[in-house]
Amino acid sequence: MPAEFAVELRDVVKQFVTPEGANLAAVDHVTMQIRNGEFFSMLGSSGCGKTTSLRMIAGFEWPDEGEVIIEGKPMGHTPPYQRNVNMVFQNYALFQHMTVFENVAFGLEMQRAGRKEIITRVGRSLDMVQLKGLDRRRPRQLSGGQQQRVALARALVNLPAVLLLDEPLGALDLKLRKEMQLELKALQQQLGITFIYVTHDQEEALTMSDRIAVMSLGKVRQMGTPQEIYERPSSRFVAEFIGESNFIDGRMVQISKEAAQVHVPALNMELSATPISGDLVAGEDVIVSIRPEKVQITNSINEMPNHMEGTVEKTVYIGSDTHLIIHTGSQNLKVWEQNRVSRIDPHAFYSSGQKIQLVILPENALIMKRE
Amino acid sequence: MNPYRRSPAIILASSLVYLFLYAPIFVLILYSFNASRTNIIFAGFITNFEPRPTLQAGLVTASPCGPFHWFCELSHNREVMSAARNTLTIAVISTIVSTVIGTMAALALQRYEFKLKPFTQVSLYIPIVIPEIVMGIGILTLFSQLFGVLNEALKLQADSRLTLGLGTVIVSHIAFSIPFVTLIVQARLQGFDKSFEEAAMDLGANEWTTFRRVTFPMLLPGILSGCLLAFTLSLDDFVITFFTNGPGSTTLPIYLYGLLRRIITPQVNALSTVWIAIVFVAVLLIQQSQNRKV
Repeated sequence: MPAEFAVELRDVVKQFVTPEGANLAAVDHVTMQIRNGEFFSMLGSSGCGKTTSLRMIAGFEWPDEGEVIIEGKPMGHTPPYQRNVNMVFQNYALFQHMTVFENVAFGLEMQRAGRKEIITRVGRSLDMVQLKGLDRRRPRQLSGGQQQRVALARALVNLPAVLLLDEPLGALDLKLRKEMQLELKALQQQLGITFIYVTHDQEEALTMSDRIAVMSLGKVRQMGTPQEIYERPSSRFVAEFIGESNFIDGRMVQISKEAAQVHVPALNMELSATPISGDLVAGEDVIVSIRPEKVQITNSINEMPNHMEGTVEKTVYIGSDTHLIIHTGSQNLKVWEQNRVSRIDPHAFYSSGQKIQLVILPENALIMKRE
Repeated sequence: MNPYRRSPAIILASSLVYLFLYAPIFVLILYSFNASRTNIIFAGFITNFEPRPTLQAGLVTASPCGPFHWFCELSHNREVMSAARNTLTIAVISTIVSTVIGTMAALALQRYEFKLKPFTQVSLYIPIVIPEIVMGIGILTLFSQLFGVLNEALKLQADSRLTLGLGTVIVSHIAFSIPFVTLIVQARLQGFDKSFEEAAMDLGANEWTTFRRVTFPMLLPGILSGCLLAFTLSLDDFVITFFTNGPGSTTLPIYLYGLLRRIITPQVNALSTVWIAIVFVAVLLIQQSQNRKV
């Protein structure tokens, strides 16, 4: 019976000694369950423990506490060469003294595959990453993007249960990176292999992942689908890390399961908003988080809930959107408007000093605990 | 106009450098073809090929080897051949052993953290900076004391007593070559990311296979140049060999020094020329291996 999870981390702790001699928990009681066939991302800034977690799955590090379980088997101190996982390294780590073919064939040789089988499988996986005909080249004779593909082919040719990717697109330029994101996702769906992807790039994680674990200081801050992470961030940290948001202090007036009223002194009004965490109570100090693209600008002055008037302080034209700073009450709000019409006149969109009507739908205003 | 045009001062300075570096070598090589037996003045080349050497008024006018007369003489000289054999034996064995030990030391210093690591690193430089004569005397003292004690303790008979000889020369050459090999391999390791080894293990290679298929080939250029340096160092070492050799273990430098004290014949130059050629080739090979990039 196949295990339910491809990889499980159970309460894993990994400590390192800092140069000053102190113990630092790079990974601090992390528990994760990664499903079979899933594209799972660990997202966080450097030092959040994502790479260390990945290296523990690969077997380059062993946890100080807790357990790494791959395909239902506790790994303990199993060395990397006995684990059914393969890794794509950040710097690719291609063997410079071998040709592309030899690099990709390395894993199969280690499994003692026959010569014929090696030739067919290496050929097939070089086709898969669109590197046909380059098999006699040395890694140094390839571009960054091509090296990246060799690294991918070298890992995938072994058909591992899990493919580990450590910021593999970090060294590529933006355009190539976007292409590779889509390609990786397509490849993962086609092969059905579990991908565990480590990145600090939120857009990359949102684009490719089935689920994301947002990490910080060795802990998992939130785990969920891209929609859950972006639309229902569980804390100010997550809302701030993924995308941008307006954070306004308030006090809970009234709360039911789905709706709540928050008094917001800075806006001088009561907002209808959506509670995120379950344990909020009336009278509590809270934060309201509103994404800039979810504030609506209207022309009609009607009495909708969460309706307010504001003045445009500043506008920044960025092509697809205009980013506005709108002063309302005693608060500055970031508001992003899509430029739906094509105009050359810079004042055709919005201009400073302009009076404006804003509406924030209750489901777009999220109430969080104040940390 | 090119601001970096060649100024006369630079041309003069570099000419002088080349003159002092290479003129003696050219003269030395030229004199190995000298017709004069005393080698005080250059009396022209030996040009005639004759079945037997012909001597006239201190000049060799004809020889079966033509201009290479002194090289032929050299090859018939048993003492030279035995010294050459000794030199090569010492160089080959000490190079192999010091390359293996030196490489392992470099790997250990890169991979492991231990208390005496800083001390070990510094101790590598000591044999390089210490005057060779001091080291020679030190090694001699060590061997004579050690052999004295051992010969006494084991009650060894006259013909099996431990004495200075090929063995002691080899051991001391190994000792002074190790730091050079280690430092060169360490320089190579600076650019060696551990992710290469991790990648190999990740692809199913155990520790030994990883070393054999990935670490060793990637370090090979460094190991090779360390190896060649150790070889040339051993080949032309005089001072330490002088203190540690014994009967039957005369090397070329020691033999050459002995010749000089008697008479300088063009044979000495011929021997030096052959030697320069060998060292020159070794240096070229070092260059080549250094230029190969990872």
